[in-house]
Amino acid sequence: MAGVSLAEQTRAATAGVIGALRPVVAAPDAVLSQPGKAVDPASTEIVQLVADLLVTMRSSPGCVGLAAPQVGLGLRVFVVDVTGHPKAANCQGPFALCNAEVAAASRWRPGREGCMSVPELTGDVKRATRVTVTGQLPGTGEQVSVVSDAFEARALQHEIDHCNGLLFLDRVAGAHAVHPRKVYL
Amino acid sequence: MNELAITVLGHDRPGIVADVAGTLAELGVNLTDSTMTRLRGHFAMTLICTGEVPAETVEAALLPMCADGTLLATVREVLPEAETPQPGTPYLVSLHGADRLGIVSSVTQALARAGGNITDLSTRLVGPLYVLVAEVDLPAAAVESVTDELSAIAAELGVEVTIRPGEMDIL
Repeated sequence: MAGVSLAEQTRAATAGVIGALRPVVAAPDAVLSQPGKAVDPASTEIVQLVADLLVTMRSSPGCVGLAAPQVGLGLRVFVVDVTGHPKAANCQGPFALCNAEVAAASRWRPGREGCMSVPELTGDVKRATRVTVTGQLPGTGEQVSVVSDAFEARALQHEIDHCNGLLFLDRVAGAHAVHPRKVYL
Repeated sequence: MNELAITVLGHDRPGIVADVAGTLAELGVNLTDSTMTRLRGHFAMTLICTGEVPAETVEAALLPMCADGTLLATVREVLPEAETPQPGTPYLVSLHGADRLGIVSSVTQALARAGGNITDLSTRLVGPLYVLVAEVDLPAAAVESVTDELSAIAAELGVEVTIRPGEMDIL
């Protein structure tokens, strides 16, 4: 489906599927530390999971991504949406990828990250600000290559890490790079 | 259950952390939050631990590693800190310039006057260069005046200071 955006394709795949809110699991739950299994992106279970992940992500203000291990499933599926975020440059809207990998990464920059699954801590993590990510679209299973930058690139790397059983805590920049999380409303 | 504040300071050598942690483990004292670093070559460690053992027992157990006079270990019982929500928003203050007396006091007093709460701070003196980095929670209404005041202090001290939001992204 050349020329059709990732968000439109994700929307088409989940059309008519009612997403359900799923509880988000927190570290030290073992599922967050295990590499996720590859999935069949065309299966109805995975399309349903994508719809659930989108609903769950949207239910949490400020959340820009959610991976299957965060709802307790060791599977290589995630959703991302950096729409409206001040640090976003490239923004593809809300979309899902299955079995995704980082194919190329460059221009590394530090940044402080928090995670819904590590609610009490934040950490300074170096991430690429330019990435090429390959993966499959839910529904069709079409293999796609996504080029992104800035905040969306950081979000993609964070979610792919979840699918590989890694938290930001596995990538912090040093012994003094983990901080108590402060919540400001 | 006692909450214990432990400090270990002194001449650095390999194995201090292992010795302290080993002693605590033998006493059944659980090492919870800790930070350790080297300050001008001196080893410095601060620990908060919990255990059933009184502070005096832990301090006595750490005495042998201090016997040669190169290390000092203190243990005090402290009250558990009640978690209070921090008002304000996080800012990062960084300062660098030629060392002179009063940099830390000038900057921190300005932040305190504005109702700022410093949550992390480190300073380094390397040759003639002095560096200060502080994380501070500031009341939103005070940010502009603090920024102006820090600029004035920096000009007076002949150093460079920047204040910027301590950004954090939830992914």
